[in-house]
Order: sequence, then structure tokens, then C-alpha cells
Amino acid sequence: MAETLTQQQDSYLPPPAPPGAIKWIRDNLFKGWLNTLLTLISAVGLYFAISRSLIWFFAQADWTPIINFPILFSVGQYPREELWRIGGVLSALALLLGFSWSHWGGLLRGVSLYAGAMFLVLGALPVSHPALTPSMRVFLISLPATILLAFWIGRWRFVSKRMVMALWLVYPFFSLLLIRGLAGSAVLELVSTTLWGGLLVTFVLSIGGIVICFPIGVALALGRRSKLPVVSAISTFFIETIRGVPLITLLFLFSVVLALFLPPDARLDRLLRALIAMTIFSAAYMAENVRGGLQAIPPGQEEAAKALGMNGVQITALIVLPQALRIVIPTIVGQFITLFKDTTLVYIVGVNDFLGIGRSIVNSNPAYLQAQLEVYLFIAAIYWIFSYLMSLASRRLETSLGVGKR
Amino acid sequence: MSKVKQIPFYRDERYLSAAAQVVSGLLVVALLWWLGVNFVRAAEARNLSLSFGFLDRPAGFPISDPAIPYTTNDSFGYAFLVGVLNTLRVAVAGVVAATVLGTMVALARLSSNWLLSKIALAFIEFHRNIPLLVLLFIWYFTVFRELPAVGESIVLPGPIYLNQRGVYFTWPRLIETGWVFAAGLVLGILASIALWNILRARRELTGKKTYFVEVSIAALFVFPLVGWILSGGEPFRFDVPSLQGFNIRGGLRLTPEFAGLFVALVTYTAAFIAEVVRSGIQAVDRGQLEAARALGLSGFHVMSFVIFPQALRVIIPPMISQYLNLTKNTSLALAIGYQELFSVGKIAINQAGRAVPVFLMVMAVYLMISLITALVLNLYNRRIQFVTR
Repeated sequence: MAETLTQQQDSYLPPPAPPGAIKWIRDNLFKGWLNTLLTLISAVGLYFAISRSLIWFFAQADWTPIINFPILFSVGQYPREELWRIGGVLSALALLLGFSWSHWGGLLRGVSLYAGAMFLVLGALPVSHPALTPSMRVFLISLPATILLAFWIGRWRFVSKRMVMALWLVYPFFSLLLIRGLAGSAVLELVSTTLWGGLLVTFVLSIGGIVICFPIGVALALGRRSKLPVVSAISTFFIETIRGVPLITLLFLFSVVLALFLPPDARLDRLLRALIAMTIFSAAYMAENVRGGLQAIPPGQEEAAKALGMNGVQITALIVLPQALRIVIPTIVGQFITLFKDTTLVYIVGVNDFLGIGRSIVNSNPAYLQAQLEVYLFIAAIYWIFSYLMSLASRRLETSLGVGKR
Repeated sequence: MSKVKQIPFYRDERYLSAAAQVVSGLLVVALLWWLGVNFVRAAEARNLSLSFGFLDRPAGFPISDPAIPYTTNDSFGYAFLVGVLNTLRVAVAGVVAATVLGTMVALARLSSNWLLSKIALAFIEFHRNIPLLVLLFIWYFTVFRELPAVGESIVLPGPIYLNQRGVYFTWPRLIETGWVFAAGLVLGILASIALWNILRARRELTGKKTYFVEVSIAALFVFPLVGWILSGGEPFRFDVPSLQGFNIRGGLRLTPEFAGLFVALVTYTAAFIAEVVRSGIQAVDRGQLEAARALGLSGFHVMSFVIFPQALRVIIPPMISQYLNLTKNTSLALAIGYQELFSVGKIAINQAGRAVPVFLMVMAVYLMISLITALVLNLYNRRIQFVTR
């Protein structure tokens, strides 16, 4: 009986499927007349778009404004004889990356390898360029070497996880000190922030913004969820007001009006005012992200902690916050990407960020004005690469943290 | 018995929370007080005024491309209103266009056609990962500012003329009695929505056929038709742009600034909206589609009565924030010289020297737009969410 059934079923089986590739093409590109038509139209459109772009890219585009000013794009007018300080910041970063790679692996391995490979390629570019002096090449190639060395040293016992974390905490202050310098110091002369520019400013604003806004955002989120009406009202008012107005309004508010509300002798430089505006802006968004995490913690956690006799501060700091922050890490990375892109707005209040440098190069020479598209596409490409890699990392982080799947 | 040991006041939650409130309130008041004192001192030193009296004075600066007629003799207050309307104009047009484009991109992304899906993915990933300001510069400085002179306009079918002075469209303009037709059109849309809701509710209540689709579509056409006839034949004529010498006559003109801002905002926001719509549609359980098919519903009915209403519940909240983002992003117009609310406010600060009142007004308007949009859409959102008991 069973045999006859299987025999019957055999005769009902569909004819054998064509081999993989052809089947795939038929299923995904030419299934039905509508699908075929769509494929043909988009293929023709794509062919013309790509061939025209390639011709433009290699034959017609004028890339001189980008090739001529790599250092200007990176650090703006930062004094060229003080460039070693930026190098120091990068070397320290390479060291920390290597340590972290050997301790945590995972995502940091990818970050270290990508960053190292990028600097290696830059240092070994087989072209002669005035900015690629022998010492510059040696420095660029030393960065991946530092990462590898740190990775190796990181396995020794004296480099503990705790120490690496402490180093990461110190790192922003160390970098800021090195870049800015001290007034009256002979070794580390003060470099006025008006000279900072390019990617340096973009990174200072976005990393500074996200780091400083974090504690403020957490405080606001706790404040908004607080049972105390005054605290909750103040936090809610602050968050909703900031989120309701565009970032440019805040940037202008702080660059034009803030001076009126401070003592006459308080002089804040332009970069600092922009940083304050960006920090306050992103603190409001950070607060909402953290609040989302707080809401996701089941009330049983708090009740259990209360039953164990913990007080309010202990419950928040030891039970609720650690769990909530773990949930919102991917969201915070997303917010960092947004902030990173939003730093371009400081160009409008006269800070020379990456986009601002591009604009000033374009406007400095009529020949470069003809190459505007190239400059903007270059800027867009750099932003794109950083944002895309960060969003990839955030997705990886989401799976490795197991958010939503516990 | 009566000697129950009391909790000391410094560990009593009531005292602690009251103290926390008083302290935080006082801190904020002190901060505001400090800022206020500084401001009064600065205002005396620089002879600043906080009054809004300047709003009646003539503005004296030109506004290019105002949404309503405006001359330099009009007051600051009126100039401000023009700025608000310019913001709303680009925001409303942008929201509509971005929704349409975003939904199309989302459908292309979900298409079973591999090539189309990848093109949509490229569109989304390109726009989501670059700053809006860079996109705006690309569209304005390298496309709309680099268009040929009027004499050598690019002519697209329509006719649409593209040149240095902007983009010229064919546009229907109402004749004098045309308002009757317009009223009929509005009435038709309202009646159609009302009939759809009433008759559909009746059908769901009684199970009788009420032909709600047919009736509401009929209403959509009957009212405008009556308006058409009452207005005496053709209620509008097409204003067709035409090249005459070195000028374009007629048509609807969009300035390069408006066009650049509009295109950049729409493409940028559409990429985000596409992701919102895609995730919304994908959030609907596949079993819903299979069950609807098993019940014998047609493709259109599956989409409009099963998939879409459920997807909408997921789509609406993030869509609200995308609309608000677009509205706030219109302030980037400052960088290319389209004069909306914020750039008018900035000129007013320079001309009238009243930074604080002007900033208060600008921020109040943005807040109002945000709050009203959020309120309306939240009400709508509440209506379409699941009713849980």
C-alpha cells in the first residue's frame, strides 16, 4: 500500500527544475510579463546611468580640489608644525583599539582590522603627493603596526579589562588636551579652536556631543519618569521644547543670543558654543531613547529590588539603569550616526567643519567652482562610508547583545 | 506599644521627595534668575529692548518668492507671516511628495523583482547615510543653479521648462466662477469620505449590502460635476508656459531655491519613509495574507482590507516623526537662500536688533507646528490602533 502511494506521488511531481542560476534568473527577474518589463526598463536605465557616471568619473570630473588639499580636509588650518599632536591622538586610539580587540574581540576585531587596513593603504599609496612625505608614510603604516602590537601585548596579564576601560574613559580628555594644548606651555602651545577644521572638528563635535549628552540625557530620562511632579514637569518641558525646534535654531540661539545671558566677561569661542548647542539638542533625543529602554524593564525588577530592601538610588543605579542602557546601546549608535551627519549644520554658523572646508575650497578659486559636484560627492562619500560602517556595526551589536531575544 | 520607633526624617520617603522637588525647582529658578540678571545688565549696556513693538514697523527688506503678496513697506509682523507661510508651503508639498515617493520606493524594495529591489535599496542606503545639507548643496549648487540660460531652456514634455530662473510647469488656474467647481470638489471629497464611513459601518452592523464603494466613488464625481456645470462650462484653464524671446511667460514658476530645497527634502525623507513603510508591511504576519487568500479575497481586497490597515498601525508613529523632521529640516533653507520662517527671522534680527523676541517667536512657531502635527496624527493613530479589552 505504502509503495503504491509513493509511486503515485512520483508521477505527480513537477518536471525537474532547471539548474540553479537559470532558475534564479527566471524566478527573480522574468516571472510574468510585468516583472520582465520592470527588469528590462530598470536594466536599460541602470546601464545608461552607470556608463555615463563612469565616463564622467574617470574622464570628465576634475578631482584636483580634493587631491590638492588632503590635510586641509582632515584638520583645517591646524598648524602644520603641530600635526604630530593629531598623530599622537591617532596612535593612542590605535593602541586602545588593539587592547580592546584582544580583550573583547567580536565587533572590535572588525573595527581594528578595517581601520588598520585603511591607514595601511593610505600610507602605501603608490603615488607621489606632497602630503605623503616619508615621515607621514611611516606614521600611517605605524598605526596598523601599533594595533597589532597592542593586540599582542593585550594578552599579557597586566593589561586588565578594567585598565583598558579606564584608559577609554581617560582617552577623550587626553585627546582634547593634546589637540588644544595649554596656555603658556612651551611643548603644548595653545592652538586656538578657530584654526581647527575639517574632519577633526566633525569628530570633536560628534564624539564630544554624544559623550557629554549621555549623562544629561540619562538624568532627563529619569527625571521625566520620576513620580515627583516638579522634576517630571521640568524634564518634560525641556525635552519637548528642544525636540520641537530645528537644530539650526539652537545653533543660532547659542551663537547669537547666549552671550546676552552670560556675565559680560564670559567669552565662549565659536566651536564651544556650537558644541553646547549640539550637546543640548542631542541630550533631549538621548533622554527619549533612554526612556524607551527604561520602559522596557518589567516592573517586577523594581518590585523585587524593593523587596530586597534596596532604596530608590540603589534600585535605579544597580538594577534598572544597567538593564535599560544595555537595551538602548544600538539606538544610541543610531543617534550617534544622526549626530555625526547633523554636525554639518555648524557650517551655517561659521564653524569650519568638513563640509565648511569643502565650501571654502570651492569658493577660493573659480576653477574649483567648476568642480563643485566633485567636492560635494567626495564629502558625501566620506560621510557615507562612516555612517554606513557605523550602522553595520550597530546591527551586529544588536544581534550580539541579543536585544529583544532573551 | 506606643513606643514604635519612627523612621528618621532623612530616610522618610515623603520628606526626601519633597526636598528633592524643592531643591530641583530652586536650582532651575536660580539658573533662570542668574540668566535674567545677566540679560538685564547686557540689555541696559547695549540698549536692547524686549518689546514686540517693532512688529508694526515697516520691515524694509525684500523677500524673494513670497507665498502671499508682499512689499518692503509691509510690517515686520507681516514679513514674519510670509516666512511662516513659505515654511508651510514647502513642508506640506514636501510631506505629500515624500510620502508618495517613499511608498513607491518601499514597494519597489519589497518587489519580487531582484533588480528593482536592489535599485530601491541603493536609493535608500545612499540617502540615509549622507547629511541632508550635503544633499541640499548637491541639488541646489550643482543642479538647479547650473541650469542653462532662459534662451536655452531644457524643455521636458508637459511642457516643463528648466532654466536659471527656475522650473516652469503647466498649471490649472481657476477662472472667475471657478470657485463653484472648487467648492464642489471639496464637498465631493468630504461627502465621499462621510458616505464611506457611514455606509460601511451600517454594513458591518446589519450585514446588508450598502454598496459603500460604489456610492462614495459616485459622490466623488457627482459634486464636482455639478460644480463644473454651475460654473458655466470650463471652470479652469491651463496656464501653459511658453518661451518668448528671453522670457518665459505663464505657467507656475518654482524658484531654483524652492526647487532645490524641495527635491533634497523629498528624496532624503522618502528614503526614511520607505524604510518605515517596508518594516510596517513586513511586520504583518504572513499568516494574515494566507488566511485572506484562503477566504477568497481578491488581491486588491487583501491589500486594502487586511494587510494595509494592520501595517498602518506600525507605520503611523514613526511616520509622524518623519513628517516633523521634514518640517524642521525646512530651516536648512537658510544655507541656500530660500526665505522661510527662520531666514526671515534672522534678517529681522539684523534689521530690528531684537534677537530675543524674534527667537521666541521663531521657536514658538516651530513648537506650535510640531505640537499641532503631533496632536492631529496622534489622534488619528489612537483611532486606528487595536481596541484591547
